[in-house]
Amino acid sequence: MSVSVLSSRSRRQLTKDLQGVLYASPFLLGFVAWRLYPMVYSVWLTFHKWDLLSSPRYVGLQNYSTMIADGRVWLSLANTAYYTFIGVPLNLALALLLALILNIDLRGKSVYRTIFYLPSVTPAVASAVIWLQIFHAEFGILNGFLANFGVPPIKWLWDPDLAKPALILMSMWSIGPQLVIFLAGLQGIPDVLYEAAKIDGAGVWRQFTNVTVPMLSPVVFFNLVMGIIGSFQVFTAAFIMTSGGPQNATLFSVLFIYRNAFEYFKMGYASLLAWVLCIIILLFTFVQFKLGNSWVYYEAA
Amino acid sequence: MTKRVSVARLSGRLGLHLFLILMGFTFALPFFWVASTSLKLPGRVFTYPIEWIPRYPEWSNYRDIFTFVKAGGTEASGGQSALLLWLRNTLYLTTMGTLGTLISSVVVAYSLSRLQWRGRDFVFSLTLISMMLPGVVTLIPTFLIFRDLKWINTYLPLIVPYWTGGGAFYIFMLRQFFATLPLELDEAAIVDGAGTFRILWQILLPLAKPGLASVGIFSFLFHYNEFMGPLIYINSLDKYPISVGLRYVAGRYGDRWPQVMVMVMFSLVPVVILFFFTQKTFVQGIQTTGIAGR
Repeated sequence: MSVSVLSSRSRRQLTKDLQGVLYASPFLLGFVAWRLYPMVYSVWLTFHKWDLLSSPRYVGLQNYSTMIADGRVWLSLANTAYYTFIGVPLNLALALLLALILNIDLRGKSVYRTIFYLPSVTPAVASAVIWLQIFHAEFGILNGFLANFGVPPIKWLWDPDLAKPALILMSMWSIGPQLVIFLAGLQGIPDVLYEAAKIDGAGVWRQFTNVTVPMLSPVVFFNLVMGIIGSFQVFTAAFIMTSGGPQNATLFSVLFIYRNAFEYFKMGYASLLAWVLCIIILLFTFVQFKLGNSWVYYEAA
Repeated sequence: MTKRVSVARLSGRLGLHLFLILMGFTFALPFFWVASTSLKLPGRVFTYPIEWIPRYPEWSNYRDIFTFVKAGGTEASGGQSALLLWLRNTLYLTTMGTLGTLISSVVVAYSLSRLQWRGRDFVFSLTLISMMLPGVVTLIPTFLIFRDLKWINTYLPLIVPYWTGGGAFYIFMLRQFFATLPLELDEAAIVDGAGTFRILWQILLPLAKPGLASVGIFSFLFHYNEFMGPLIYINSLDKYPISVGLRYVAGRYGDRWPQVMVMVMFSLVPVVILFFFTQKTFVQGIQTTGIAGR
């Protein structure tokens, strides 16, 4: 029998394959260890009750039926949806507005970019503490500022109707990354297109709708998708500033999941809630991609 | 053709400038407030009107903060400065995490961009999936895994995962970066008889410095700012990184606003300094991923 069963060509390819896997192995190991296995484990957990003191106890679909009846599950989803579907568009609008202005050849552009970006590199805990003070009902600078216009003190974080809007307002402080991405996108639009539009007689607004918007749509799409995924998982601000209150107004999904796992020690139930949230996020992402096909304009390279 | 600058145009420009200044001011204001409050005595924080520049700055706040919270020792005496411990912990966590990220993401990005192998595209799509997967779904099972490994209240859960690929985002970023380096370099090296590792080590890595810098900075910031991970895994005061330490101080000494704000300054300043020095790399990194993200 000949020594080499494989031809030298396929042997070389095999060597290359092995090398590829070898160099990619840290990720492959990590993917299995921190993604694949945990996800499977967590599905298993949804059928069990586990308080960490004793062993996991099989309970079939009990967690599922509890979840359907548990009002706080749906409340937390509603809160999260509110925060996401109002907050993300507002954030993107502001980021886009600022990017459009900065893109006009103004002086001091990089200074502004720094100022607008800085809040987003501050630790979330620090932001939370800072804004706790800004929203302070009696002595916060926000109320202090509004007092100049005769507005009486507003109990921002203590009013169930205002707590979420307050957190949304706070989130608009951290639009740095979106702004920077929009700026890059704007700068990538060839001037030729604007000139052609002007020759065709297009005014400023027309140029915006017919050149800027389509050319920018992939970037808007990216920011939108990432923004929604991130916003659905809001945690730190609510955890530190309002503890989910007042009256569960800021009880967001991840906070509720955290509580069920690390305060009530309901590992199985919390796993189920986490999966539900995950599926919802993935669904929305999928829907966005599908919708994106109709409104995102990709320039044929 | 002469350009006539109309009044409308000028006032439009002026309006934009004013708007920008207003927005910039609004964005920067909270930082001023933090710095200002950190130099006040508790009684003078909430004055009306607000005292932006303290008339009698209490510089001692910055000295006293080190002994404000103590770890270890008895209530009355002994123990170490918690703040120093927290800063040291944060430095350790951040460095170890970033180191792991750099090493592993480079290697994987190399495999996904320069090596030709079957399954490469599949693994690449796995990295995309990993990036888009909501983290919440692995939160609890990974906690339980670490609990079984007895890694709770150690730094291992916060470091080890980053040595295995570092987070798909960085792999993605580096892969995009490697793609900008011409393949001819690799080919020339192969002709000279260089092996796979040498190509990476001697040819690509030196050229990859900007990409590595981007990854390094992003990773540093991520680990420095991390809150939920340390919150879940670290239980003892002396092991807190500064993010959890700040939360502890704000929670326990919430009425001592100057002290809380000094702590905020300590958690802010390193990041701000880093950002000022690395802005360009930073912004470039974001732009590349954002634009490539289409």
